Amino acid sequence: MIPEIGHFALILALVIALVQGVFPLLGAHRGYASWVAVAKPAARLQFLMLLASFACLTWAFLQSDFSVLYVAENSNTRLPQIFKFSAVWGAHEGSLLLWALILSAWTAAVTVFGRSLSPLMMARVIGVLGLVATGFLAFLIFTSNPFERLLPAVAEGRDLNPLLQDIGLVMHPPMLYMGYVGFAIPFAFAIAAMLGGRLDAAWARWSRPWTQIAWVFLTLGIALGSWWAYYELGWGGWWFWDPVENASFMPWLAGTALMHSLAVTEKRGAFKAWTVLLAIFTFSLSLLGTFLVRSGVLTSVHAFAADPSRGLFILLFLAVVVGSSLMLYAARASKVRSHVRFELVSRETALLFNNVILVVTTVSILLGTLYPLIIDALGAGKISVGPPYFNAVFIPLTVPLAILIGVGSLARWKRDSFANIWVKVRLAFVASLVFGILFPLVAMQHFSWQAALGMVLAFWVFFSSLKVMKEYARGRGIGGLSLSQWGMTFGHVGVAVFITGITLTSIYSSEKDVRLVPGDSFSLGGYEFLFKGTTHLQGPNYQGDRGEIVITRGGEPVTVLYPEKRNYLSGMPMTEAGIDAGLTRDLFVALGEPLDNQGAWAVRIYHKPFVRWIWLGALIMSFGGVLSALDKRYRVLARRERAALAGGVA
Amino acid sequence: MKSRYLIPLAVFIVIVGFLAVGLKNDPKRVPSPLVGKPAPHFELPTLYDPEEKISPEKLRGKVWLLNVWASWCVSCRAEHEVIKRLARMNLVPVYGLNYKDEEADAKAWLGQLGNPYEASLVDRAGNVGIDWGVYGVPETFVIDKKGIIRHKVIGPVNDEILRETLVPLIRKLNEEEG
Repeated sequence: MIPEIGHFALILALVIALVQGVFPLLGAHRGYASWVAVAKPAARLQFLMLLASFACLTWAFLQSDFSVLYVAENSNTRLPQIFKFSAVWGAHEGSLLLWALILSAWTAAVTVFGRSLSPLMMARVIGVLGLVATGFLAFLIFTSNPFERLLPAVAEGRDLNPLLQDIGLVMHPPMLYMGYVGFAIPFAFAIAAMLGGRLDAAWARWSRPWTQIAWVFLTLGIALGSWWAYYELGWGGWWFWDPVENASFMPWLAGTALMHSLAVTEKRGAFKAWTVLLAIFTFSLSLLGTFLVRSGVLTSVHAFAADPSRGLFILLFLAVVVGSSLMLYAARASKVRSHVRFELVSRETALLFNNVILVVTTVSILLGTLYPLIIDALGAGKISVGPPYFNAVFIPLTVPLAILIGVGSLARWKRDSFANIWVKVRLAFVASLVFGILFPLVAMQHFSWQAALGMVLAFWVFFSSLKVMKEYARGRGIGGLSLSQWGMTFGHVGVAVFITGITLTSIYSSEKDVRLVPGDSFSLGGYEFLFKGTTHLQGPNYQGDRGEIVITRGGEPVTVLYPEKRNYLSGMPMTEAGIDAGLTRDLFVALGEPLDNQGAWAVRIYHKPFVRWIWLGALIMSFGGVLSALDKRYRVLARRERAALAGGVA
Repeated sequence: MKSRYLIPLAVFIVIVGFLAVGLKNDPKRVPSPLVGKPAPHFELPTLYDPEEKISPEKLRGKVWLLNVWASWCVSCRAEHEVIKRLARMNLVPVYGLNYKDEEADAKAWLGQLGNPYEASLVDRAGNVGIDWGVYGVPETFVIDKKGIIRHKVIGPVNDEILRETLVPLIRKLNEEEG
């Protein structure tokens, strides 16, 4: 009965979404106030319906109701309670329901926090989001219904993919979707502004905090995914340039460009048409990501169940949404003039370069991701594009970007001069050269020029960010800085930390595959790894072996690691690595295979310097994003506009 | 309407076109011209006994598998468990083709992960790989009693491929006349 209620709520949500998409947009076009007024209640009701639907599916999982096909395929009575909960979004149907729920939650949030929007603008934004929701809900109901019944019911479910039975997965998809779907908001704002014919600074100011929050979620989602791959896949890798990873990274890069170009549009009124195009581009990449992941057109280590009819549906949806947006853009953008002048040497130029580099990087990754598909479609053969291509395009593009961070955030708006900027940056420049070159000499085992280059860039970003703080604080003290300024500083310092992590991990990591008999020890990166042997392990839905490895350094005990090799009931073997995490290094031990009956095992040992800094950098960046979005001026302006609006009505 | 504002739309239409064609193709299926043809000739030493030479002609009369692997290949690690499970079923002898690898590395790899192979043929220069149309490692060929290649798996064999494709095919081929 409960699943039927969920199913019914889902169908109601589709109908409401259609109403929410059609009436407010037509009403705003024709000037029917009563149609415009439909927007808010419809958006909120749609959210409630999806919440009810999601709750019903969750209930079916918690009750192990195996008469629901989706539950039977992805759960099991012996699955721990927390994973029964996360299994709701562990496969295709449920994760789409989560996608739709999050979209409606974002829309409902706009109705609450966007009170300063004019009723027409609000109606258009909600209407555009309603149309997007209609497409997704139709996709969900017609091709991937999570409430489909399995009659007669089976006694026991098939179990959740063991790779996904992990706390990382509980959080990774919701975060990622919050980011993906969050970019629907700036998209809807851009479309609404074009429909209303008002592409002004106000539009950019409304979009900015929403874009920042979406970006924060996407950053956290990607970082969580990378962290999860690192400890769960047992290869010690943290990024594989897999199509599915690229699918999340492309909207991130485009979203980063969008955040920066929105700043120019808000502060200076420049780049208007370009910012609109970026908003469309970013959301299109989110949709494209969904298509690539869900249609199976590309091979990926994320082996999602692929279904061509689903792929066709998403492709049509993508074509309609993006195609119509770009048509609208073609019709309206030519009328948008940015009557703002700026000199060649200015912050505008620096941000323009920032945008160019980020977009070129995005397009290169898009090309690499789609290339196998294009070559195949042309009948020219089968190829795959791997990490060498992506590293070859990504690394050279990030170097100028890192240099720009320092120059751009110190350059003045409108006009500046190289001499002036040089005076500001020279100390940071010299300090980053000295520290960057000394760092690998002093702190690492051996010197490497690549490491020195990476560290010079990291120190450069860090020192120039400090200098920016100092400039801002001049005359009003550090307490006088706005949250936006703090946000920018944290965002950039996060980049510095991230560059440090990537550089040192990729250059100084060492790994060894060794055969160890109990009592054997092995040394790597200055640590001694003593293998004490394995014991049998019995879990709720798996059994396996647990190794014990005592790690010492120069005779001093460091830690004891317990890597596991599990065999799940579903027949899948899993490696649970033992990791000793530290700020300057991770020690990572994974059990390979038992080699004989005497207790010998193949053991993989990694020493990974500074690997935590990669995720730490992402966390700091996200924190910066949160600070920026909370800046007072958005609220003050919102209050003023609300007052003006109220005054206008009265 | 200025035409340069139409450029994004045009680019998008081209991309959608490719995606639409891409939907029809299965990225995992690489048609091999060798399927249905006799197994190309080779005569290769085995990893553990360089004196012993093996050729497809010697294996005529029984169904056998050729699994292309290398110690440098990450996916082979993922696949190895499945290959070992297949070997333990005693349905079919599995021969390895150790592709462009170093002898010591290859032996160490098998030492650690276990050796499911009847024998591993050493193709250090990769010439046999070219004759057999190897795109990437791992790949797995099924050869019937008459020495005809009947099936090819590109990429790692997983449980699903094993259960739903390989085992039924091998059972069928085992019953065919030699």
